[in-house]
Amino acid sequence: MDQWVYPTTGLHEKDFETGRVLVETWKSKAEYAWDAGIAMGRFLEELRRGRLVGRRCNSCHRVLFPPRMFCEQCFRPTGDWVPLAETGTVITYSLVHVRWDMVRLDQPLVPAVVAIDGASAGMGILHLLGEANPESVKIGLRVQAVWKKPEEREGAITDIRYFKPIS
Amino acid sequence: MTMRRVAIVGAGMTKFVRRAQETGRELAWEAASKALESCEMTIDQIEAVVLGTAPDAFDGVHMKSEWLADGAGGWGKPCLRGYVGGGTGVFSAAQGWYHVASGLFDTCLVVCEEKMSPAQPHPQGAFLTIFDNIIERPLGPNLLWIFALEMNAYMQRYGLRKEDIAQVAVKNKRNAADHPASLLGDRNITLQDILDSEVMAWPVQRLDVSPVTDGSVALVLAADNVARRVTPQPVWIEGVGWNLDTAYWTDRDLSYPTYVEEAARMAYRMAGITEPRQQLHIAEPYDPFDYKELHHLEGLMLFPKGKAPDATALGITQRNGDLPVCPSGGLLGVGNPIAAAGLMKVAELFWQLRGEAGARQVPGNPRRGVAQAWGDLMQVGTVVVLGK
Amino acid sequence: MGSADTLEHPTEARTWKGNIPVWHRYTAGIAGERFLRTLKDQGKILGARCQSCGVVYVPPRMYCERCLKPLPDGEWKEVGPRGELVSFTRIFLDLDGEPLQSPRWVGLVRLEGASGVLIHYLHLPEGIAPRPGMPVEAVLKPALERRGSILDIEHWKVL
Repeated sequence: MDQWVYPTTGLHEKDFETGRVLVETWKSKAEYAWDAGIAMGRFLEELRRGRLVGRRCNSCHRVLFPPRMFCEQCFRPTGDWVPLAETGTVITYSLVHVRWDMVRLDQPLVPAVVAIDGASAGMGILHLLGEANPESVKIGLRVQAVWKKPEEREGAITDIRYFKPIS
Repeated sequence: MTMRRVAIVGAGMTKFVRRAQETGRELAWEAASKALESCEMTIDQIEAVVLGTAPDAFDGVHMKSEWLADGAGGWGKPCLRGYVGGGTGVFSAAQGWYHVASGLFDTCLVVCEEKMSPAQPHPQGAFLTIFDNIIERPLGPNLLWIFALEMNAYMQRYGLRKEDIAQVAVKNKRNAADHPASLLGDRNITLQDILDSEVMAWPVQRLDVSPVTDGSVALVLAADNVARRVTPQPVWIEGVGWNLDTAYWTDRDLSYPTYVEEAARMAYRMAGITEPRQQLHIAEPYDPFDYKELHHLEGLMLFPKGKAPDATALGITQRNGDLPVCPSGGLLGVGNPIAAAGLMKVAELFWQLRGEAGARQVPGNPRRGVAQAWGDLMQVGTVVVLGK
Repeated sequence: MGSADTLEHPTEARTWKGNIPVWHRYTAGIAGERFLRTLKDQGKILGARCQSCGVVYVPPRMYCERCLKPLPDGEWKEVGPRGELVSFTRIFLDLDGEPLQSPRWVGLVRLEGASGVLIHYLHLPEGIAPRPGMPVEAVLKPALERRGSILDIEHWKVL
């Protein structure tokens, strides 16, 4: 099938640097203001107050976290707000050394999926672990939210600074 | 369900390169013209065009499928774009299939294209909105996080070591050395090379990951009666399947791709496959990272959960093994132009089943194969079963 | 119970701001590279003709979009620089919807030898109104100022 492969012209980065190929550049102004929605709006407000909240589906009785206004399995509106704990369990984690543009980080980050106590099994969110020795992070590690001071909170996921291991 | 039988009668592709000089349209034309040439057909014999191309944000062109349609022979024709991220490559074959199986068209040209290199400073920037804008992006994530978190969950669930995973990268990069279009084929790569490569987001290392790639692939599809006039060796599309899991990725069991199993069940049912491990002779699962080949082999129900690494270690998935997996060299070896990569796998099965895969040819006259792709918000499974 | 909750506090209705942080670096392509280099180095506008379909593409292409045949070097030749104004408009706002310092004209021109039209700025002397069919000519920047861009053409001028 070799004859059915077109000899496409591959370039090197230096072809651009030396101007061997012509280029046009364009920076789109792709700026957005996303509506948080009803569930997220309330979730963010609760974060500002130092609390985590979920939402119960009255059909399958799962407590959904992050909260959402309908259950995607039952395809029905959800029922009640459910206050949750600020502790949880690490479902999975990683040790990250690079940024999205592949620039190396000075200090590695430890992102993790954390299942929050009070929500249904496996209901996780993405966050960062802190005050944790990377060697001792494990799946199943019990963790607790560390919050910003009340006056520093703004109604954002970053009102939680990170989750730390419960000693 | 009685529908017309549909065959692939021709295939073509570009070389997969890191940064192409060609525009996206020219890439689409290169693949489309080779595919038509391969079965001695002309564009006016094509009744419909299916175009698969994933985020507009890579090429940096709005409505880029319509924009490159002329290169894909779409001028003045019924054209349809498919867009399920990385799942697109295999999904486009399914879309082409129903264009013809429905009786609406006798022939269909399926073209998948991706030009990732225009996105600066890195195509990952276009992927950032995979994360929830409100509760995830403020944490500063990048795409590697999702893969690393999933890979770790899989490894820890089954007690796997990096060596168990990295052997897939070795197999595929070596296989790709025999693929004329490959970007990263390397006959001499070793397990140690993978294990020594830079740790990017543990457990993901640089050589566990497929590269940013530009490329295009095209297939010519035809209905039964037409296919038999075009070629003495039509390859039949016997089953198609696709499935979408929740976009709340943190709620999913990351150690198992349920969406692949559901898509596979749909395709296997249509193809009359009840014992996939026995009835399928080649598998081309999606391998953007080495652990994903293993993950997907289990989702395709070809090996029990957690057991794909053992099968790999035993050599079962080598080209001369009992079930060759990614004889093409996969995304790890040939390259990963997001929407086109899956169609490269379908094209590979086409060539393999016709005995035209040259140095990559799997021995023993294989008669049935499965191709699978994955992507979107990491939650789509797309599967196609081919047979002769 | 309905799916819409009433807000208890006005601050619960929020928007979150963000962006997609990518810029793009476009190659001109196989055909585009040759078109722009010829414009820059020789001050000529090229078109490509499909022998089968008779269409002359400006800018030229690697392939004919109608029959998909390749358009090799032998089919490429100079078009214009004169042509005919097919349509035109006057622009008052920029991309963000803000008023331009001074409004400018844009014209679609079919160059002599081309099948389709090419868009560019239209230079109208004071007191002259544009009309379809008006003869125009492409005005190029001086050779040393050209860099291999469509802006190497300065504008269309009225003849």
